[in-house]
Amino acid sequence: MQDGCEATPETARGSASRQSYGHRRSAWPRWLVLSAAMPVASCAQTGVLDPQGPVASAIRLLLINSTAIMLVVIVPVILATLAFAWWYRSSNVRAGHSEELAYEGRIDFVVWSIPALVVILLGGVTWIGSHQLDPRAPIAANAKPLQVDVAALDWKWLFIYPDQGVAALNQLVIPAGTPVSFRLTSANVMNSFFVPQLGSQIYTMPGMTTHLNLLADRPGEYPGISANFSGDGFADMHFIAKAVPTEAFDAWVAQVRGSGSALDMPAYAELAKPSIAVPPTTYRSVDPKLFERIVDRTALAPEKAGASENYCPPAPRAGG
Amino acid sequence: MLGKLSWSAIPFYQPLPLYAMGVVGLAILAVLIIITKKGWWPYLWEEWLTSVDHKRIGVMYLVLALVMLIRGYSDAIMMRSQQAIAIGGAEGYLPPDHYNQIFSSHGTIMIFFVAMPFVIGLMNFVVPLQLGVRDVAFPVLNSVSFWLTASGALLINVSLVIGSFARTGWMCYPPLSELAYSPDVGVDYYLWLLQISGIGTLFAGINMVTTILKLRAPGMTYFRMPVFCWSALASSILIVVAFPVLTATFAMLLLDRLVGTHFFTNDAGGNMMMYVNLFWAWGHPEVYILILPAFGVFSEVIATFSGKPLFSYRSMVLALLAICVLSFMVWLHHFFTMGASADVNAFFGIMSMIIGVPTGVKVFNWLFTMFRGRIVFKTPVLFSIGFMVTFVIGGMTGVLLAVPPIDFVLHNSVFLVAHFHNVIIGGVLFGALAGYNYWFPKAFGFTLDERWGKASFWCWIIGFYLAFTPLYVLGLMGMTRRLQHIADPSWRPLLLVAELGAIVVFFAILCQAMQLYVSIRTRESRRDLTGDPWNGRTLEWATSSPPPAYNFAVLPRVETIDAFWEMKRKGLGAARPAYEAIEMPRNSPLAFVIAFFAVVTGFALIWQIWWIAILGLLAILVAVMVFGWSEDRQREISAAEMARLERAQLGLGRPA
Repeated sequence: MQDGCEATPETARGSASRQSYGHRRSAWPRWLVLSAAMPVASCAQTGVLDPQGPVASAIRLLLINSTAIMLVVIVPVILATLAFAWWYRSSNVRAGHSEELAYEGRIDFVVWSIPALVVILLGGVTWIGSHQLDPRAPIAANAKPLQVDVAALDWKWLFIYPDQGVAALNQLVIPAGTPVSFRLTSANVMNSFFVPQLGSQIYTMPGMTTHLNLLADRPGEYPGISANFSGDGFADMHFIAKAVPTEAFDAWVAQVRGSGSALDMPAYAELAKPSIAVPPTTYRSVDPKLFERIVDRTALAPEKAGASENYCPPAPRAGG
Repeated sequence: MLGKLSWSAIPFYQPLPLYAMGVVGLAILAVLIIITKKGWWPYLWEEWLTSVDHKRIGVMYLVLALVMLIRGYSDAIMMRSQQAIAIGGAEGYLPPDHYNQIFSSHGTIMIFFVAMPFVIGLMNFVVPLQLGVRDVAFPVLNSVSFWLTASGALLINVSLVIGSFARTGWMCYPPLSELAYSPDVGVDYYLWLLQISGIGTLFAGINMVTTILKLRAPGMTYFRMPVFCWSALASSILIVVAFPVLTATFAMLLLDRLVGTHFFTNDAGGNMMMYVNLFWAWGHPEVYILILPAFGVFSEVIATFSGKPLFSYRSMVLALLAICVLSFMVWLHHFFTMGASADVNAFFGIMSMIIGVPTGVKVFNWLFTMFRGRIVFKTPVLFSIGFMVTFVIGGMTGVLLAVPPIDFVLHNSVFLVAHFHNVIIGGVLFGALAGYNYWFPKAFGFTLDERWGKASFWCWIIGFYLAFTPLYVLGLMGMTRRLQHIADPSWRPLLLVAELGAIVVFFAILCQAMQLYVSIRTRESRRDLTGDPWNGRTLEWATSSPPPAYNFAVLPRVETIDAFWEMKRKGLGAARPAYEAIEMPRNSPLAFVIAFFAVVTGFALIWQIWWIAILGLLAILVAVMVFGWSEDRQREISAAEMARLERAQLGLGRPA
């Protein structure tokens, strides 16, 4: 499936767009052709159906399995609806009628059993899947996980590498094949950190930390977005998650350490001001307590001296 | 003196809504001039605006829903057009601050001022007739409910020209909706107008529950009630339980914004997760408040037009009540991505799927109602079959989203958008339109045109699939909702198909309007003189079309389910009915007066003009007290008058 998708992206994409442009010109029956082409088109696109890591792959499998389980019931129901409606039309003299048929215990039993069985099956799938794919569950791998702290700002993503002491804005560079353990928060409003091809998203919320574990199987560039509306700059709140070979990652860290500016508290205060479509950048060093201070909402303390007098230390929170 | 209100509140810098409102304003002016010239004001005032007749109020709810549907649709086509244009670097024609208002108002309007008035209007019109009684339990309160809903609808339109609407999405999540991040009046409009209409909805729910529990025709036990009444009961119980949660949640957010409390703020111990939980503790039952009455409509329509009783009535009732209870246990599935533990997520995921069981049972029962029937393909049947096919697809995608790990990659995507439009258009709206076509002859005494009705159905269903199938695919491609512009140019073809779908829906609405126009023009040839145009099964068809104000001169005696069917089978009562004097409530301007001052008060609260707000509230209090102390609230219809009225009815050709 994976290789097939990669082998034919251009043709699939090309045919989908040709058909839909044709669609604008004329003839709605072409819609049928288009809808047939849609799954092909989606296969070629970057997205949930083109996973690049174990989490995303497992979720795609879950998606396909659950859909298949339900289609076993859904397709016959749709066909039966159309068939019954057609066959028992009032003008059909050949159809049998029983106008007082109001109850039949055996049918009733079957009618409750079918959806119940589907739900029992899917419920089991759900219980197992939810635990296996818990965003907090570490991913088993030989390599030691890379720690990345994520802060959603208005309207950009800040990625802090605490062990490397560097930070990057609107670009996430990770080593392929190494699990990445994210801690996430937000500076002010809610966002959701999401790289569709790597798998699960998770909310970033002010004053709280959420956790997420992802892994990229192979090098590549995967689009990342915010998946929770956060205001005027929301549509530009995207970044590239770049998976590189381990050596290239180390080289990148060394290169970042040697260039760019430092992200100390004054620089963060400047960065935290709302801005839209900020080009990706890197920071050669980062305040070691920056993430914690964003979480406990003291990162901008000098600016709100008045507020800090009434400041209550945040209670321990759930959500993480 | 005028709070936050000043000339700068009128968005001259945004010409589009001003032009739109200019056109709407001229249209309203034209209507007002016509009414004045024709001298229709006394009729409108006495027969409609002050009416406490549940049938008139139901019709006014439907008019409100249809008008607001046009407003909500305008928002939809603007969004679709923006997303079809603003791709790959293009900015489109709507800047973010405008676009964000549009998707927020689209959601708010479609849920609160289209879907809700549609289902409450249908319940209002149909339930007392089906129960075989003369009105709802509290007729004046009923008109207050309607007019408070209309007040909210008026205020949301005022936000187009004075100030702005919320730019937070229709859920209005804090912290974005807190004063720090939404300092203008947009969120205040959202909160106050929903508080006003929410009170109206709560009253409507209380009224409907009381009516069904306390007022039923002699012999109508619970298990002889038509399934639509059961669905109205389930839906109204949900309203009574869920809406106070919404009101309290909004009150807390208002306190945060107005007096600086910290319920949902980032600092000082506030917690926005509480808002999200409370919002969906209302929000998920709300979904069933909308869909259960639609299920009721389909049950009536499919049984009537198959010429058979509904298959497995008790299963249907049990399924309704199961959904009613379960709907309160699934709210967390709206935010699996918030970071709850796997146990919690899995529990709520499985609970959400369990709702699929009673829902699936209902689909099968409709199927077996058609089985061995004689199906007459009138417009309501088309909507019902369209619903069954479409809704199971929406149900399937809903169950997919209920699997937490799947939700981790589809949450907030346009796949989700496609899912809930799939169930709300394919379920609630199709149900509302089926009900509208089905009961229209009862309300007005003539049937609706079939050709335009069927054209409208086909436009709706084709438009729906064209508009939302691409969104399912785009969601799988990783497109999230609420994007003012789109980076990936390869999404363009599908977005153009979605745009085309939205245009086809425009033709659906146009056909709907043409259907009404043509039907009114040719009403003389399509009169329903029997009161029973569809060979109906339930009591609303036992009286004339339109029914007299008192519905039934003599309350029917009910002996079975499908009471009217049974009466017809046994032969209609040939004996001369013995009329008795009855009391009917007098029309009352109370609701209209309350609504007028509710609009004034709401507007003043939004703009923080406290003195007007206080005066407005006092005026409402005075109005209620004047009404409360008035003696003359009932009028008696004597037995002789009743006999005369009934003779007049019979003169219309109704069979005795």
